[in-house]
Amino acid sequence: MNTFLWVVFPYLSIVVLAGGTVWRYRYDKFGWTTRSSQLYETNYLRWGSPLFHFGVLFVLIGHIVGLLIPKSWTEAVGITEHLYHLMAVFIGTVAGLCTLIGMAILILRRRLTGPVFAATTRNDKTMYVVLGSVILLGLWATVKANITGGGYDYRETVSPWLRSLFTLQPDVALMTAVPAGFKIHIIAAFVLFACWPFTRLVHAFSAPVGYLTRPYVVYRYRDPHGGLRPTRPGWEPPR
Amino acid sequence: MRVMAQIAMVMNLDKCIGCHTCSVTCKQAWTNRSGVEYVWFNNVESRPGQGYPRTYQDQDRWQGGWVRTRTGRLKPRSGGRIKRLFSIFANPILPRIGDYYEPWTYDYENLLTAPAGEDLPVARPKSLLTGEDTKVTWSANWDDSLGGGNEVLQGDPILRKVSDQVRQEYEKAFLFFLPRICEHCLNPSCAASCPSGAIYKRAEDGIVLVDQDRCRGWRMCVTGCPYKKVYFNHRTGKAEKCTFCFPRIEIGQPTICSETCVGRLRYIGLMLYDADAVAKAAAVEDEHDLYDAQRSVFLDPWDPTVAKAALAAGIPEDWIAAARRSPVWDLIMKYEVALPLHPEYRTMPMVWYIPPLSPVVDVLRDTGHDGEDPHNLFGAVDALRIPMEYLAELFTAGDPAPVREALNRLAAMRAYQRRINLGEKPDGSIPAAVGMTPEEMDEMYRLLAIAKYEQRYVIPSAHAEDAHRLEGLGAECSLDYEGGPGMYQTGPFGEASGTAVPVQVETFHMLQDRQTADEPRRLNLLNWDGKGTPEGMFPPREEDRS
Repeated sequence: MNTFLWVVFPYLSIVVLAGGTVWRYRYDKFGWTTRSSQLYETNYLRWGSPLFHFGVLFVLIGHIVGLLIPKSWTEAVGITEHLYHLMAVFIGTVAGLCTLIGMAILILRRRLTGPVFAATTRNDKTMYVVLGSVILLGLWATVKANITGGGYDYRETVSPWLRSLFTLQPDVALMTAVPAGFKIHIIAAFVLFACWPFTRLVHAFSAPVGYLTRPYVVYRYRDPHGGLRPTRPGWEPPR
Repeated sequence: MRVMAQIAMVMNLDKCIGCHTCSVTCKQAWTNRSGVEYVWFNNVESRPGQGYPRTYQDQDRWQGGWVRTRTGRLKPRSGGRIKRLFSIFANPILPRIGDYYEPWTYDYENLLTAPAGEDLPVARPKSLLTGEDTKVTWSANWDDSLGGGNEVLQGDPILRKVSDQVRQEYEKAFLFFLPRICEHCLNPSCAASCPSGAIYKRAEDGIVLVDQDRCRGWRMCVTGCPYKKVYFNHRTGKAEKCTFCFPRIEIGQPTICSETCVGRLRYIGLMLYDADAVAKAAAVEDEHDLYDAQRSVFLDPWDPTVAKAALAAGIPEDWIAAARRSPVWDLIMKYEVALPLHPEYRTMPMVWYIPPLSPVVDVLRDTGHDGEDPHNLFGAVDALRIPMEYLAELFTAGDPAPVREALNRLAAMRAYQRRINLGEKPDGSIPAAVGMTPEEMDEMYRLLAIAKYEQRYVIPSAHAEDAHRLEGLGAECSLDYEGGPGMYQTGPFGEASGTAVPVQVETFHMLQDRQTADEPRRLNLLNWDGKGTPEGMFPPREEDRS
C-alpha cells in the first residue's frame, strides 16, 4: 500500500500530467485558454481573482523553497530551523488566507452570478472541488500541526521523499511517520496534478513572461498553404 | 527604407445612408455564432451618438491606444508591459457586457405552443447569456439616427469635447453615419498589449489577425484597442476581431461589407509604406501633426526607387502595379479628401474617411440659400462650426484645417460639376480655388461618383501559388494536368462538391473562369430546360471518341 501511495501513484500522476499536457497542447490549442468570465461580471472578480492568483503564486514559491531546497542548504546560509519555521508559517498563512478568501469570493461569484454560473461546465465544477480540497487540506494540516505542537518539520521527511522521486530512487520509508493531514494533502495534490492538463488550469502553463522581452508589434507571414483552409475548431457555419 | 504593403480602405461618408447592410452581411459571415452574439466586426453608428460600445472614444476612461512618454517614445495608454502583467488577473478597464449590450433572442416557440387562453401569446425577450427573461435596454445601434434625443447625445464623448460651442437646438441638429471596422493599424496597440503575442500583423498585406491557437484569453487587447474593435468571445474565451475578410482578399475579392455596400461608398486598395518610419511618425509631439506624419510614411508607388525597393522587399510586381491603381492612394495622397479616424490614438489607422459635406449642404438649403453655389458653400463650411469642429475631433485630432480643406474640395467639386451638368461652361476658377486643375477635379468626380467595381476595389490576389510551387514537386499531384482526373477535386455530387479541400488561389480563378466562360464544356443542370440531351450532358460515347 505504501509503495503504491508514495511511489506508483506519484509517478503515474506525473506521467499523466506531462503526457496529458503534451496531448492537450498538440490537439487542443484552441481550448487552451483562461476562459475568463470578466465580461459578465467585474465587481467581485476584481477582488477575488487577484487575491486568489497572487496568493496562490506565493504559496507556489513557498512550496518550491520548502520542498525542493534541502534543509542543509538553507542552514548553510545561516537560516535556523526556528527562523525558517517562523517565516514559513507567517508568509504561508498570509498567502494561504489570501488564496482561501479569493477562492471563496470567486466560487460564490460563480454560483451567484447568473451568466457566470451558466458558463460553468461540469469539468470546472470538478476542478474546483479538487483544487479547493488541496488548498483546504494543506491549510488544515499546517494549522493543526502548529496548534497541537510546535509545528511539523516536513523538511526532514516530505521534502527528501519528494526529491527522491526526482532522482528516481524513491524512499518510501521517509513517508511512514508523516502525520495523516500532510499525507492526505499530498495525495490530493497528486490527484490535482493528474487532472491538471484536462481542465482550464492549463492556462497556468502559458503565463506570458515572454511579453516582457518581446517587441510590441508582432509581424508574421501568411502560412504557405493558400486557398481555402480546413474548418477550424470553434467555427460554426453561418446560420 | 523597409517597404511593406497594406490593404487599406476609404469610406465616403457622404454616401452612407445608414442602412446597416454592411453590418448584417458581416455578422452573417463572421459573428453569427454563440459567444459572439454581441459582436459586430462592422457596425454603423450615428454621429453624434455614443457609439458601440458606449462612449468607446473616451480614452480617459477606456485607456485605449498609445501615449507619448516624456522621452518621446510610445507606450500603451493602459500601461507598459509590467503594469499590464500585474493586472492580468482582473483587467480593471475592460468594458462590461452592458457597455456593448446584453445579447438576446425571443421565445418564438411560445407563439405556437402557448395553450389557448384569454391573452394573446407573446414572444418574450430572453437573454442569450443566462437564458432567463430579460429587458432590452440597449444594443449596438440603439441611438440610431439620433434616437434617444439629447439624453443619449449627452453621452457622446466627442460632443462633450466641443460642447461649449454646441447648442442642441433643433434647427442646428446634424446627423451623419459612421461605419466602422477594424482599422488594421500600422502601429496596432491591440497587438502591443497582447501578452501572448497572439495578435499579429500580416507581413504581406498588413491585415491584423488573432491567432486563435495562441490566444490565451488574457483580454488585454480589448483594452488596448482604442476603437474597441477586438472582442472577447465569452464562449471560447478567445479574442476575435475583424479579419478584413482575408479569405476573400486573398483571392482578389473585396470584403463582404464592401461587396454588399448599398451606397458603394467603400474603396479598397493597396498602400505601400515605409515600416521603418512608422514608430517615429506615430510619436510626433503635436497631435495635430499626426495626420501629416501618417501621410509621410506612405510611399509613392510611381517613384522608381520605391518600386525597386518594393521588389527587393519581396513585394510582387503585380502588387506594385495594383498600388499604382489604388483608389485609396488617390483619395488620401492625390486629392487629399480622405482623413484618418482618430489619429490622436497614435495607432496609424488604415481605414480612412471622406468627411461628409451633406450636413453643410442641408443646413444651407434649409436656411433658404442655394446649397450648391460655390461661394455660399465655401463660406458655410467655415461658418457651420458645429459639424466642422465635430468632424475635426473625429478625423484630425481637433485641427480644423485639413477638414476644411477636404470639405472645400468636395464643395468645389459639387459646384463645378453642377455647372457642367446644367450645360454651362466649366468654370476653371472653382477647382483653382482649392488648388486643383479641372482635369484632376474631373478625375476625382469620376472616382467618387461613378467608379465601377473594378475601380473601387483594386485588390491583387495573394501569391499562394508561389508558396505552393516553392514547396517542391512533392506537393504537386501528377494527375493535376488540364483535364486530368486530379483536376478540381471532383466530389460525388459534381464539381466542387464534397468536403472542403485546400484549393489553390489559381484553381479558384480557373474554376471561376470556366464557370463563366461563354462556351460551356459541361452542362449546368440547373439551366437545363428538360428537352433533349444537350451537348455535354453525358460523356462522349466510345465510338465518338475514336
